[in-house]
Amino acid sequence: MWNELFLLPFLTGLGLAVLLPVLGCYLRLRDEWLAALAYANVAAAGALLALIGGLPPAAGGAAAAALAGAGKRLVARRLGGAASYALLLLGGWSVAVLLAANQPLAERLGHALFDGQLYFADASLLWLVGLGGGAALLALRRLSPRLLLAHLYPDLFRLRGLPAWPIQAGFDLLAALVLAVATLSLGVMGAFALIYIPPWLAFRRAANWRAGLRRAVLIGVLAYVGAFALALGFDQPFGPVLAILLVGLGLLIA
Amino acid sequence: MNALIRLEKLVAGWQSPATAPLDLVVAPGEVVGLSGPNGVGKSTLLGAVAGRARVFSGRIERRPGLRLALQTQDIPPLVGLPLDGRELLALAGADPAGLPPWLAGRLDVRLDRLSGGQRHYLALWAVLGAPADLVLLDEPTNNLDVAGVRHLTQHLHERARGGTGIVVVSHDAPFLAAACDRVVALEAPDVE
Repeated sequence: MWNELFLLPFLTGLGLAVLLPVLGCYLRLRDEWLAALAYANVAAAGALLALIGGLPPAAGGAAAAALAGAGKRLVARRLGGAASYALLLLGGWSVAVLLAANQPLAERLGHALFDGQLYFADASLLWLVGLGGGAALLALRRLSPRLLLAHLYPDLFRLRGLPAWPIQAGFDLLAALVLAVATLSLGVMGAFALIYIPPWLAFRRAANWRAGLRRAVLIGVLAYVGAFALALGFDQPFGPVLAILLVGLGLLIA
Repeated sequence: MNALIRLEKLVAGWQSPATAPLDLVVAPGEVVGLSGPNGVGKSTLLGAVAGRARVFSGRIERRPGLRLALQTQDIPPLVGLPLDGRELLALAGADPAGLPPWLAGRLDVRLDRLSGGQRHYLALWAVLGAPADLVLLDEPTNNLDVAGVRHLTQHLHERARGGTGIVVVSHDAPFLAAACDRVVALEAPDVE
């Protein structure tokens, strides 16, 4: 009973508290932190749409975010990178809130997604985070040198006759899928807080890239564990507690 | 084709032609300087060889399988990035051996905490040390002090002795004279 109520959600969130700060470092490197918020809102809308359609919300959230991640590149050049994320963010948020407001079936999940109620996480989500998160970390490790080089020397791929788009598109898709799973577990703002604040703090203080990744993970995990205990102890929604704790840490450390 | 690269009556530019026609051959182990006043298209020519700028007429013939490295005047975006010199060189595949003493001891410092000259030289070293048959350098002495220019000159000779071809664009005539086997003075394009 205790396991189902608290241990499974705790472990699910813990996996994300490791993964999201690492992903956030690469989003920050690419100056694409707004993408995190965009994918999270699109995933929320997708999950609610799937629920109304009688499909698993996790599949709907992941499909919508993956579609956004893959499709964004098609329109990004015309709109400008940041504009495409802003449009995705606003579109996803509008659809999600309207669905939650007008469909009784979607209301409860809508609140969970926007309030950030980690306690709905179950064994299937834990498996998804465990296996998918492990695969995502391995993929990031493999992509890391190329993402760094693409940022530092944008001409390098052309000079070496290598196509840059598979790396960029692969990273976009990976980020979208991770954000979808994180949104369904931690809520929109909980996921965003973990992806934005630990890397922001790590980038300011870390001595090098590896130390930055380690520091971001450490901050993310400490904040997560603290927020879990506080939210549980004071019976509060998890997402806002995590966000306010990270904001406090940010003000303290920065 | 023994030459690394051969330019024949090459006219390059970005939106419109910006260079006078140029013939140039670079052989392995040769250091070639490109000089000339602002606006003759020195950087544009390097850009065309690297595939960045447009070729309006003439042609570029590259040795099959040619590996290129390019240093541009754009400084890599390092501010705010937690990356040290050792990581930068490892990413580029460049060996830190041979770095000047005033830089070798600062490899573990974040790049955005180095002086402008130190940062520039490390970014330049990452390009120079990367696996390449032909290295293109655009104003490499910018931000360098006398010791930096001297070390760069010496290193270009060493790199060339290993068979690498090097094309250097610079306004620094004494540097070009010391570093290059020959210097090509570019002419201003005809303006109609």
